[in-house]
Amino acid sequence: MADNQGASSRRRSTEQPVEEAEADATTSSDSATDLSDVDALLDEIDEVLEENAEDFVRNYVQKGGQ
Amino acid sequence: MGLETEYGITVVGSPVEVNPVLASSLVVASRRHDDDISWDYSEEHPLRDARDDVPDPHEPLAADDLGLTNTVLDNGARFYVDHAHPEYSTPEVATALDAVTWDRAGDRIVADAAAQASRSLPEGGTILVHKNNTDGKGAAYGAHENHLVARSVPFADLVHQLTPLFVSRSIYAGSGRLGSEFRDRAVPFQLSQRADFFEAPVGLETTLRRPIINTRDEPHADPARWRRLHVITGDATQADTATLLRVGVTDLVLGMLEDGAAPAPIRLADPVESFHLASHDLTGRLPLARRSGATVTALELQRHYQAAVSRWLERRGATTAQADVLARWDEVLTIAEDEPRDLDGIVDWATKLALLERYRERDGLDWDHPRLALIDLQFHDLRPDKGLFHRLEAAGRVRRLVDDDTVARARIQPPADTRAWFRGRMLQRFRDEVVAVGWDAMIVDAGRRSYTRIPMIDPRRGTRAHVEDLFARAADLRELLDLLTG
Repeated sequence: MADNQGASSRRRSTEQPVEEAEADATTSSDSATDLSDVDALLDEIDEVLEENAEDFVRNYVQKGGQ
Repeated sequence: MGLETEYGITVVGSPVEVNPVLASSLVVASRRHDDDISWDYSEEHPLRDARDDVPDPHEPLAADDLGLTNTVLDNGARFYVDHAHPEYSTPEVATALDAVTWDRAGDRIVADAAAQASRSLPEGGTILVHKNNTDGKGAAYGAHENHLVARSVPFADLVHQLTPLFVSRSIYAGSGRLGSEFRDRAVPFQLSQRADFFEAPVGLETTLRRPIINTRDEPHADPARWRRLHVITGDATQADTATLLRVGVTDLVLGMLEDGAAPAPIRLADPVESFHLASHDLTGRLPLARRSGATVTALELQRHYQAAVSRWLERRGATTAQADVLARWDEVLTIAEDEPRDLDGIVDWATKLALLERYRERDGLDWDHPRLALIDLQFHDLRPDKGLFHRLEAAGRVRRLVDDDTVARARIQPPADTRAWFRGRMLQRFRDEVVAVGWDAMIVDAGRRSYTRIPMIDPRRGTRAHVEDLFARAADLRELLDLLTG
């Protein structure tokens, strides 16, 4: 049972660009507090998403189980 | 306690078709040993009913259940093919946190087995395994939780107390999915992958007319003292906190029931409909009809149980493990009572939904856009580089309760405080002499005229404390058997 970090700390990063602090100050929305962080995350996920989403999902067919 | 997971399986890029039974067999076979061991089915009675008024059908296992690929791992787990899916059953564990640890170990074992099995496919083919529960096209497969329960608790009490608990727990136990099985446009996303597939309040089935309370009565322990509660409503979760609560909350409520300390149950008018509605409701605040004519919300139901358990443990004293589960249960309910979506990074469904919403916002996607369907699916991919949950977790965006070193040890070591320790140590030390393994017995060939059957009827015996010294003293299997019976 190692890491006990709480929800509030999970998005903190020591490498936040300076711009973000300004973005923070101009909005009260939580979702805007880590915009650049989220952009970086989505960019990373874009890289690993399967190509041709429609075909991949269509071909994912399972037999029923329990 | 223990967890069973049926993994989704698919083959991509193969020039020839590989059916799911073959693919599953290849995955499991990659973890088999050359001289393998059969599963001992002599004590398996999956059709025995927990309800006293339903006769035991005495039906043998279907023949095609018997010949399928099956192996027993050094950590005491079972890894096999079931219903065209690879399935991993954790070894018996004594705490919810251990269930998380050995469940995670299973995910890594299955992922590595799939990667290895892929190498036996024709060029370009890859076997993918997903820890999910539906293909979004009408098929469902299970993630079951098992609990040892004192038989002194009347089965009707289990039904009345556990039904509202299971109906309302998707707010932390669901892994989330796009859409519904009912093609309801008003449900773009729901909490549970499994809820829509449930059609009955109580029953023996697990594949048809699935019931909220499953009555399979196969304790794998002394049936005069114990029954096994086989929970089939759950989602296959990846977030540690969700898995901990999925198994740990039921464990706490069962302890309270065994102690005769549970408050009167809150009866729902239509549990099946409530299960669906509560899964479709992302607020936890939808009124669900009670038998009394009043209503109750999913969050109120969860708080009802949490408060009752808290009072019970205050009176009785809690173990560290119990106190930990209770505190985390309280924490997720407190967050959900404010805003359930803030469970992003703590439980599966909210983590998935937050990712989907970010894509919707950035790319202006409607709920039916194929990219969202792909994210919904790839979230569950077990490959470390491709699985989206895994990527989020590796980026520090999901809370962890067990670290990688602990999980790595659990891939090869059994839990120390259940009979799984004995099973695992036997396999590590004497695999060549083990003829068959079941949950509650092992059959070994000690070079005598007939095989020796070692009963393991009590899940709390055969622990490291009980048998480590015997293993250290025995030079070979015969000596160990002498020490065990001596």
